[in-house]
Amino acid sequence: MTARIIPDRLQSPLQRRLKSWETLLLAVAVAIFIFNSFASEYFLNAWNLSDATFNFTEKAMIAFAMALLIIAGEIDLSVAAIIALASTAMGAAAQIGASPSVLVLIGLGTGLACGAFNAVLVTVMGLPSIVVTIGTMSLFRGISYIVLGDTAYGGYPAGFAFFGQGYVWWVISFEFVLFAILAVIFGVLLHLTSFGRTVYAIGNNPTGALFSGIRVARVKFILFLLTGLMSGIAAICLTSRLGSTRPSIAFGMELEVVTMVVLGGVSILGGSGSIPGVVIAAFVMGLVTFGLGLLNVPGIVMSIVIGALLIGVIALPRIWAMRRL
Amino acid sequence: MRVMKTILTTAAIAVAMAATSASAETTRIALVVKAQGIGFFEAAAKGAEEAAAELGDVEIIYTGPTDTTAEGQIEVINSLIAQGVDAIAISANDPDALVPALQKAMERGITVISWDSGVAEAGRQMHLNPSSTELIGNTIIKLAADHMPDGGDVAILSATATATNQNAWIAAAEAVLPNYPGINLVATVYGDDLSDKSYREAQGLMTTYPDLKAIIAPTTVGILAACQAVTDAGKIGQVNVTGLGLPSEMAGCVESGATQSFAIWNPIDLGYAATMLAFNIHNGASTEAGAEIPMGRIGNATLDETGTAAMSDPFTYDASNIEQFKSIF
Repeated sequence: MTARIIPDRLQSPLQRRLKSWETLLLAVAVAIFIFNSFASEYFLNAWNLSDATFNFTEKAMIAFAMALLIIAGEIDLSVAAIIALASTAMGAAAQIGASPSVLVLIGLGTGLACGAFNAVLVTVMGLPSIVVTIGTMSLFRGISYIVLGDTAYGGYPAGFAFFGQGYVWWVISFEFVLFAILAVIFGVLLHLTSFGRTVYAIGNNPTGALFSGIRVARVKFILFLLTGLMSGIAAICLTSRLGSTRPSIAFGMELEVVTMVVLGGVSILGGSGSIPGVVIAAFVMGLVTFGLGLLNVPGIVMSIVIGALLIGVIALPRIWAMRRL
Repeated sequence: MRVMKTILTTAAIAVAMAATSASAETTRIALVVKAQGIGFFEAAAKGAEEAAAELGDVEIIYTGPTDTTAEGQIEVINSLIAQGVDAIAISANDPDALVPALQKAMERGITVISWDSGVAEAGRQMHLNPSSTELIGNTIIKLAADHMPDGGDVAILSATATATNQNAWIAAAEAVLPNYPGINLVATVYGDDLSDKSYREAQGLMTTYPDLKAIIAPTTVGILAACQAVTDAGKIGQVNVTGLGLPSEMAGCVESGATQSFAIWNPIDLGYAATMLAFNIHNGASTEAGAEIPMGRIGNATLDETGTAAMSDPFTYDASNIEQFKSIF
């Protein structure tokens, strides 16, 4: 009779890290990077890679806040519509000669106000967030359409262009620096603070969290505010980059943001996920669209690739687990 | 070893790319459209390929986003800048939002023109309109006159009385009437671009003017309704319906004979002309006001003070070519 060994933990920390979602994603990102370098001679170029970051920085800023919201078991589908409304508000202010700093305040304020509106409907009225934000998605963008119709706001002050088109140092754009700073802030908030722990607790078991003395409604309120605020920041960057506002601005971006969050390993049912995962997912999506763009792959094929990537990355660990059973 | 070599070569090329754009002699022209999968633009791409074959050593990159957004086109433009294409010819989803991205393209030595749907002046070197008010006004009268060797009465069935485009075209048409002796414009009526109202107005015209030889409708709704009214009144062969229409909608009318011919811009010619212009401007053609830039078989484009040019008369469709175009747009 052989002695049964009962391990005190199932896997060593190193093993666990190697098998983690983030490692898998990172491997995918590296593979895509290497593939792109061989597939197109234009890929390995500092300026080109810098241009490519604009494909994901604005979406990723929202994705950080969205990740927290989804981990807590809620969702906000109105983020792209918040961009439209915030951009319209900034455009209207620019018409009467507002300075860049005032425009930034208006963008942030509109984002916060929209986030607060969602938050009240979800946390105070107790309505399901998916229904509320599908509604506010039409509401916020609808206001933009009423204000603008088929016209556009332009004529933003010269200094305003810096947020979306400026460079901090060499090829490092302002947007990319902002993306990096926000990644660190959200990473610390989720992983190193008690607030972050409550977000996980709420997502895993809202009732349990409530009875543990966590103010669930208040945490969710803050998360909706944060998502609104990040949408406001994204609106500032995107408006500055485009130099104009139309009511169709950022149309359909909410789905790309959610895709980024889910690809980053956040469970759509809530309770698990990490900010590093979302950061890597942002790079994966940016690298794939830019790499395929360099090969002049039609956009519809690009959507198919992103979809296949999402299903593949989600299904792979499952298939792996089933094989071992 | 081979892998190592490839990596080094790739890196070397990439560094070289940073300094200069495309190294080969092949001229790479990107035809950027509002969205892929639209028949009108697929036809334009066909024209661009025709121009490329004629010019020789030109590669056409036909591209565009999946849906008609400015953000999607900016991603496409960024990728084209990265590839160091020689020229971009774009039909814009937004005249203003593309300006910063296209300015960046021009700063990096890429020729930028817009066609069909224009970009604001700051974001391109020239814009090509499919046609101009004067050319359209002349064409709609000529279409009627061509089938009236003995002259006679014609009437115009327009959209709304306040439609800017139609009113400008009708004014231009009236201005060229003296060039067509024997053609007598008896009335201008308005169907408001509503099928039923246009139909009734066309019926009214035939009742009021029994000798009417042609109805000219410079609107796609009006021309279709007039064709229906003439068919229902049993006046095919007596009253010719013409104007501006879409081949896909007008195929039946041409077949029945209610319409001898009609016009609209030809997307194939538009893609062809845009490619020719991009090529010639890339090779040094001036884009100052008054400049004349050759467009191959179509002739020359003359730029006005806003850097805009009109391509040509609207293209005429009749029994000989309707089959070919009805599946395109």
